Amino acid sequence: MQSNMFGKTTFIAAVLMLAVFACTSKKEADDAAKKSPSPTDLASAQPEVHGTEVKSIELTTPLNKDWVTTGRATYDLKCQACHKLTDEKLVGPGWLGVTKRREPVWIINMITNVEMMLEKDPEAQKLLELCLVRMPNQNLTQDDARKIIEFMRSNDGVK
Amino acid sequence: MKYKHLFLLIAAAIALPSVLTTPGCKPHNPVSAVEGDAAEKVYVAPGKYDEFYNIVSGGFSGQVSVYGLPSGRLFRVIPVFSQNPESGWGFSEETKPMLNTSHGFVPWDDAHHIALSTTNGEHDGRWAFINGNNTPRIARINLSTFRTDEIIEIPNSSGNHSSPFLTENTEYAVAGTRFSYPMDDDNSNPDVGISTYKQNFKGTVSFIGIDKESGRMGISFQVLLPGFNFDLSRGGKGPSHDWFFFSCYNTEQANTLLEVNASQKDKDYIMALNWKKCEEYVKAGKGKKMKVNYAHNVYDEKTQTATSTLEHETIMLDPKELKDIVYFMPCPKSPHGCDVDPSGEFICGSGKLAAVIPVFSFSKIQKAIADKNFEGEFDGIPVLKYDAVLHGEVKKPGLGPLHTEFDGKGFAYTSFFVSSEIVKWNIQTLEVVDRVPTYYSIGHLCIPGGPTRKPWGKYVIAYNKITKDRYLPTGPELTQSAQLYDISGDKMKLLLDFPTIGEPHYAEAIPASLITPKSTKIFKIEDNFNPYVSKGEKQAKVFREGNKVHVNMTTIRSHFVPDNIEGVKMGDEVYFHVTNLEQDWDVPHGFAVKGANNSELLIMPGETSTLKWVPDRVGVVAFYCTDFCSALHQEMQGYIRVSPRGSNTALTFSTGNKVEPTGATK
Repeated sequence: MQSNMFGKTTFIAAVLMLAVFACTSKKEADDAAKKSPSPTDLASAQPEVHGTEVKSIELTTPLNKDWVTTGRATYDLKCQACHKLTDEKLVGPGWLGVTKRREPVWIINMITNVEMMLEKDPEAQKLLELCLVRMPNQNLTQDDARKIIEFMRSNDGVK
Repeated sequence: MKYKHLFLLIAAAIALPSVLTTPGCKPHNPVSAVEGDAAEKVYVAPGKYDEFYNIVSGGFSGQVSVYGLPSGRLFRVIPVFSQNPESGWGFSEETKPMLNTSHGFVPWDDAHHIALSTTNGEHDGRWAFINGNNTPRIARINLSTFRTDEIIEIPNSSGNHSSPFLTENTEYAVAGTRFSYPMDDDNSNPDVGISTYKQNFKGTVSFIGIDKESGRMGISFQVLLPGFNFDLSRGGKGPSHDWFFFSCYNTEQANTLLEVNASQKDKDYIMALNWKKCEEYVKAGKGKKMKVNYAHNVYDEKTQTATSTLEHETIMLDPKELKDIVYFMPCPKSPHGCDVDPSGEFICGSGKLAAVIPVFSFSKIQKAIADKNFEGEFDGIPVLKYDAVLHGEVKKPGLGPLHTEFDGKGFAYTSFFVSSEIVKWNIQTLEVVDRVPTYYSIGHLCIPGGPTRKPWGKYVIAYNKITKDRYLPTGPELTQSAQLYDISGDKMKLLLDFPTIGEPHYAEAIPASLITPKSTKIFKIEDNFNPYVSKGEKQAKVFREGNKVHVNMTTIRSHFVPDNIEGVKMGDEVYFHVTNLEQDWDVPHGFAVKGANNSELLIMPGETSTLKWVPDRVGVVAFYCTDFCSALHQEMQGYIRVSPRGSNTALTFSTGNKVEPTGATK
């Protein structure tokens, strides 16, 4: 799922390196230097889960009970410190009604790709102005996030 | 300062003034040594990365420092043998056992030599090893986390200097006694007169086995040797794979005023030791089991907790009985460095007081052993004939040779302390081809991959013993001075000065590409099995076990759970077990509480660390996050109430308005 983006950065990095070698006119550019990753390589080639944009997700009823349970467990571990299950704001907004206010793709991208959202999405930017804490990247996969959405739907009364 | 004796005087009297004032082959002043394009060659633009990591011994700081090359920028100081209040290393309950020894808790050491792990004699980027010289130890640093994962104490040793150099596939790290000491048949250090050195004092070298997968160390065997000073060592390569070479000085066996008394003989020894043969003898049960005491400390990544185990046995081999494991080669005079070239054929001795650099030939050593071409024995160990094992001598190379590194193109680079220079010479022809001054009085030197079968070349770095006027003065105590030279052409060119910490002894440099792709960013909270972890705020709690109060606490931008704690009483010991719930790169949280007699904690994402705090007075005490974590970092704080001994304040904890009664006991 990351292959596209990674391919692009590798290509850019390669071009940059060629340029660097060209202007210092090093005849024997070391193998070591060629292999040395650029900052962009490093940022994307890490095992840390970090997002590509999700374009669509499918919601079905009735809810997948196993997903709700797993989603709840992930919530307890990684989300609950900042989000209440009521509509009360803690560090971030409370979750009650979130699946009615936001499209599921918006939610999943906030969870798995928060840097992109804070850069591009006006609604995400408004929330940052309100909360003043960047939503942390909590190292969740799209699969984790999908299950959290199932739990959010259950929290919003979907059966 | 390592050579506080003779050399310092000579250096002060001769080398410095000559470098600074006399004209001739050396430049007038340091500035004229730098060519116009030097800045371009060391400039790493903002946001760009260095090409090499330079892993540098922190000397008497007891730590290891990490620089980028060619920029000379300092990235990190890794705590190893010394406590570090910045991160809580050696202060937190999890890491205190790492500094345990058979002498109890030893929170400092003198760290000398870096050895980066190799496979087939080439860098593999897995681990860095470093020796503790004072209370003999070897540490293993994980190059994914840049943390110390293991420290093993070396029994039957004193002054662990010739360490922790490695065999080609990181089968073993070695250790040797710089300070021989009395050893009787029980291997204990008996109460005898110091002047009985020649009868009673012994040296040892130890081989520390390293597990291929985990890196876990264990003392495989030791070799009992005459009471010399074992100084430096290197493993063989290629054809000499099965051998290890150690420089020995004080073969005079002096026990006082070594400056004079250990400089009597024209030649001391380089010891050639066949570790493969030793392995066979150990397997065949030819070693003697010895009772010893040493600590073995391991940090478990799963529980994020170190344990210290006291071990009680080693196996000792005696070369007086096992005739074919150890040979001495005469080497002029008080040899220090003992370096093996990339081919594994040549061994360069650096006699600190010698006027030549002897280069020994491994194939000639093998022939001399086969022909029994001995000039005699020392303490039952055969001494090979100098001429029979010599490839040749580099004549008049400079004054005070110390160490040699290699560029993989057939050249050797030797550091000269007294004449304060690096000298480049041809290994085959033994001709000097270039020399550059260093500022001042170089000790070790480093070429990326220089001690391996595949040097990366490109640079040589000088780690100097004297700094003097190289930087803005800071009173009597100065930073340490390193210098970077370009060696890509025929002539060495000075590019850069950069300051270093401690007294940097040996260092290695490794291409960034072998390290960066596997650098750890976070610890997965799911994989945290610290017994006091809080996986989510719901698991945060406070509970009492007798007079111990445990606070299982969480941090996330930007609050603690719990942040109000009551019911602690005078006489209690409080353990803050702080879990950082963040899972994003570079979002540590800090934890500090007023009056703590130890340090702060710096907790990485997904990690749990524990600070012990013993309240010394009644009242409400604040704790807070020390690492600026978000716009609301200044709000990240809490209170703990300490009541008088015997009072009946209930143990409660809360965050927000919800007060949770504790379950009293676990």
